[in-house]
Formats: sequence, structure tokens, C-alpha cells
Amino acid sequence: MTQRASWDAGTASALIAERAALPGGLLPILHALQEHFGYVDAAAVPMVAEALNLSRAEVHGVVTFYHDFRQAPPGRHVVRVCRAEACQSMGADRLVEHIKGRLGIDFHETTADGRCTLEQVFCLGNCACSPAVMLDGKLHGRVDAARFDQLMAKSEGQR
Amino acid sequence: MSMRVFVPRDAAALSVGAHEVAEAVSRAAAARGVEITLVRNGSRGLFWLEPLLEVETQAGRIAFGPVRAEDVDLLFDAGFRPLTEHPLCLGLTEEIPYLKRQERLTFARCGITDPLSLADYRAHGGYRGLARAVTMAGEAVVEEVVQSGLRGRGGAGFPTGIKWKTVLGASADQKYIVCNADEGDSGTYADRMIMEGDPFVLIEGMTIAGLAVGATQGYVYIRSEYPHAFRQMTRAVEIARAAGYLGADVHGSGRAFDLHLRLGAGAYICGEETSLLESLEGKRGIIRYKPPLPAHKGLFGKPTVINNVISLATVPIVLDRGAAFYRDFGMGRSRGTLPIQLAGNVKHAGLIEKAFGLTLRELIYDYGGGTATGRPLRAVQVGGPLGAYFPESLLDLPLDYEAFAAQKGMVGHGGVVVFDDTVDLARQARFAMEFCAIESCGKCTPCRIGSTRGVEVIDRIIAGQNRGANLTLLDDLCATMLDGSLCALGGLTPLPVQSAVKHFPEDFDRPAPRIAAE
Repeated sequence: MTQRASWDAGTASALIAERAALPGGLLPILHALQEHFGYVDAAAVPMVAEALNLSRAEVHGVVTFYHDFRQAPPGRHVVRVCRAEACQSMGADRLVEHIKGRLGIDFHETTADGRCTLEQVFCLGNCACSPAVMLDGKLHGRVDAARFDQLMAKSEGQR
Repeated sequence: MSMRVFVPRDAAALSVGAHEVAEAVSRAAAARGVEITLVRNGSRGLFWLEPLLEVETQAGRIAFGPVRAEDVDLLFDAGFRPLTEHPLCLGLTEEIPYLKRQERLTFARCGITDPLSLADYRAHGGYRGLARAVTMAGEAVVEEVVQSGLRGRGGAGFPTGIKWKTVLGASADQKYIVCNADEGDSGTYADRMIMEGDPFVLIEGMTIAGLAVGATQGYVYIRSEYPHAFRQMTRAVEIARAAGYLGADVHGSGRAFDLHLRLGAGAYICGEETSLLESLEGKRGIIRYKPPLPAHKGLFGKPTVINNVISLATVPIVLDRGAAFYRDFGMGRSRGTLPIQLAGNVKHAGLIEKAFGLTLRELIYDYGGGTATGRPLRAVQVGGPLGAYFPESLLDLPLDYEAFAAQKGMVGHGGVVVFDDTVDLARQARFAMEFCAIESCGKCTPCRIGSTRGVEVIDRIIAGQNRGANLTLLDDLCATMLDGSLCALGGLTPLPVQSAVKHFPEDFDRPAPRIAAE
């Protein structure tokens, strides 16, 4: 599982300041915030806007445009399952049904116990080893229902 | 003498256990007191054999695969020697027919060298293109690329040299080279393989582009789904900079060129060049009107060359071997080689770099060995989510930009996804519209609204409601999207939809599912 810090304005401010001078620095800043906290807290939006001399609306617009950026903390594990054509041809739809059933959630949801967040992704570039799943940032190929269950059990064990 | 053992660190190889195999190799060698050098190479692209382990011998490199961590001890016990006897032994890697029959120019080093060793890179012909380019005038370098016939490998197939020529002719205080590494098409992974398996070739290609057109800054925009490629590129750029291949004085030329890496954020539309530029500038990835072309007003409003990874990674060999050498490969107006990515439901999925002109049938059967499930092949989608679905009867189509366009399809970035007879093309058509709706940037109405209406119309067709009228409506909607969209996302989504309707009409005429009819 990924260790994430809880929201803290001081750290956020430092992360923003380090990247504020980069040309086109907004995406690098948002990535840094999300990597550290697991999401982009609403409180960060005015801070980023101030640092980059943008309006809050502009920053909000960017946060919400990109599928990657979350506005709420994810679960302890993040499962990203590929739904694109190459994986479909090898049974991704069945795998998706299995995962949804096992976790008891739909895409963009987090289990009630905060254990797991499920996300869809369109292509992980692992199309020769379909179906593909990314679990906590690690790519897995040739994933069927049984292998997914193993991977989840293993990641739970490392808790 | 220390034995050299190769285990790939390509993301796909890692996804099926290459890391565990590499650890097992180190453990087994230590336990036996055998001195080995473990090289973490890129992938050869024979993915059904990954993790592919290779051992260097007098005769050449011997391959084993697919290797599991628990196989490693046995391989050591056999001394990797009684080669033909071990069930995992594939013989000399170079003699594997899948690899031997290829024409690897862009991928000449991928899987062979240590991706982060500059010495290895140079020993295998690396930086020879740049060495020649620094002795030439910018115009001459651009002319070499024009003459090679190289066309944009990202999908649009626009002549690379012409883009360069426009930027060369533009006057500005700052110009940029931007590499589009937002490889979002399903079924494609060639960019990822190059960034992970031979990153210096991309850096060299971008450097040549920079020197040719007078750009001192370059950006590589890498999709966030490729964290491993991003890390590998980060290291490679640091190594190249430390060795003087990037920076204020590139390779003693007295000219400057440096590279910056940026991570995308999960938006397919950012593979469209103007949307990518907006994203690089820190904005929403909304596409721009053209003109002005990026070559005139691109990144931060400055003249910008924006090319795909494969286009840029092909430049070094063009400069090294000359335009004529590269142009001699291929057919018609499709010159050189195409790194084809065979994917999906196919037995031997992998990277096949061949001169243009190979047919889909040769590709899928001679290389791919048919479907992975063993069921009959029913459809092939070429060119990513915006590419057409072709039936078995069109498999003799040669891979060539014009031949595909004539069949209302596209070669795109070279991804070929195979489906067996369990595929339902009405569902695939629906998915194409759904995908467009999810990924549309929202700027133009045909794409933003048309895709959502498209899903609804196809749902009604599947449900058996007024099929004839709804198919006519779908056709009309596709025509609007095709003619009225601002970019390729809305403009090409009709390709998979209409090809599905045309070639697989029976899938749009099935008895309606009971639940939908209620």
C-alpha cells in the first residue's frame, strides 16, 4: 500500500513553492500534491492560484479536467483496471465485473472501510499481456479473476 | 570470466514477473558462487515469451522463456548449457524466426543493450547520427529528413521533415522541440518500449531536431499511465546531460540543447498536438484552432516542432545511414519501416518492425500465430480506438497509409488489436462513442454532444427499437462528427463505428436482449 500524508498547508506550500517557477508548472504542482497527499485538497486551490497568479477558477478547471486528479482521499489501495480494446479482446469486461463484485463498488468509488479505490483506465500500454491492472502504481499483466484475487490478498498482507 | 545474464526491466516484462526472475538470478548466482553480470535490458518485444532471460555465450545470446522465478535454479543447475534439452530454451535469440524476419531500424538496440549505458549505446551505433548532424548546416539536416520520406508515426502520417522546415524558416527568440509521448491508443506500446528500452535514441533524435531548426529547449510529454517510462527517461536525461550530450555545449558543438520531462494526467485528448501544448503550458487540455500551426505558434506561442516518440527516435538512423538507406524500405508513399504492435487476442503478441507493405494476414498468422484463445478470428482493429474494425476478408490489406485510407481505416500509430468470434461489434461501436464522450475536451459540439447521442442511438439499435431509422440517424450523426469536429477525436470516432456497421451488420440485427425489450 502507498503511505500518504494527511493534509497540511505548510507542506503543501513548500511543494508549490518548489515548482512555481517551472514553465507551465501547474501540472507538476498538482502531481506533487497528489503524490504526497493522495489527492488535491480544496484548500490547495487558492494557494496554487496565488503562487501562479491564476484565478481559483482556472486552477479548479485544470484539477477537474484531468482524470488523474482526485478531490478526495483515495482508499489505502488504488486499483486501476484497463477497459480499452486490447484488454477487452482478452476478457477485460469479465475481469471488471469480477473486481466490482469482489470489492462491492463501482468505478470512482472507495470501499466503505477505506480499503480500496477502484478506477478505470484506458490503456496502460501493456496490450501484449492483456488484461492489465495497475495496483498501487505497479503494473500487472495477464490478469484473470484468480490472479487479481491473489494480487489483492498479497497487497493486503503487506499492510 | 563473468557470465552476462539479461533480464528485461521493460514495464510489460515486469508486469509478468521479470523483477522476481532477476532477483532469483542474483540469489542463485550468489548461492553457487558464480560470478555473473546481470543486465536489465529493454524488451525484445516477444511478449508471449516474457519474462525472457538471455545468457551470453561464445555463439551469441541464448534465450529462455517465459521464465518464472522458480525456474531459475534449474537453469543454473543445468549451467544454462544443455540448451536444446531445457524445455524453456529457445536457442539463439537472434535466430528466433519472429525476430529474425524483422527489419529493425528504429528498434535496432531495444532489448539488446543496457538502456542506461551510454557506452553500450555508442558501441551499438548510438550518437553517430548526432556526430554527423553537428557537422551539417540546419538546412541540410532538415533536407535529409525530408528526403528520407519519414512521416509522423503518431498516427497522422504528416511528413516529419516538412514540419521541421516550417520551424526552421520561422524566426523567433525561442523555438521548441516537443515530443508527444502521450501514447494513449489501445494496442500500442512502441513509445513506451523505446523510452524504457533505448531512451538515448529519443534524446539523440530530439537533439538533432533542436540543432537542425535552432531550438534550444525540448520537452517530452509522457502520459501518467507510464510511470516506469517516466523514471527511465528521467535517469537517461541526467546521464546524457552529465556526459555533455545535453546542455549549453552539445557534444562539443558549441550549441545548446536541453530537455525537460513532463507528466500527463490521464487525458487521452492530450495526444492531440495542440491539446498537448495547452497541457504543457499548465492548462486544461482543450484543443486549439489551427491555424496558427504549432510550427508557427506552438508551445508558449513560439515556433515548435512536435513529433511522436517513434518519429524522433527514427531520426538518428536517418542521419547516420542517410536518407536513401531509410527511404529504400517501404512501399508507395509510405517509406521506411513501421513498428507494428500486435496486441489483444493473439497467440504471439509483440513488436514487429517491418518495412511498410506487410499484410494484416501475414502479420496476424505468420507472426501472431492466430488468436490466443484458438477460436476463429472475427475482427481486427488497426490504429487505436479511432481506427476501423476490419473483417477477415480484408486481411490482405497491406500496411500502408494510403491503402488503409482507401478502406476508410488508418494505420495510425501501428497498433493492431485482434478479436476472436466472441466479439460483438455493436458493443464495440458503442464503446467507441462512450470513449469519445469520456475523453472529449468539450470544445466542439459534434464531439462533445455527438458522442453522447451516439451512445444513446446505438443503445436503441441494440435494444431493437426502430432499427432502420436509428441506423440512418447514426449514419447522419457520424457524418456530422466527421465533417464538423475540430480534431481527430470527434472526427475519427465514426471510423470504428461505421466500419462495424458496414462489415458486421449482423451484430446490429440480433434479437434484442430481453431485459432491454421489457
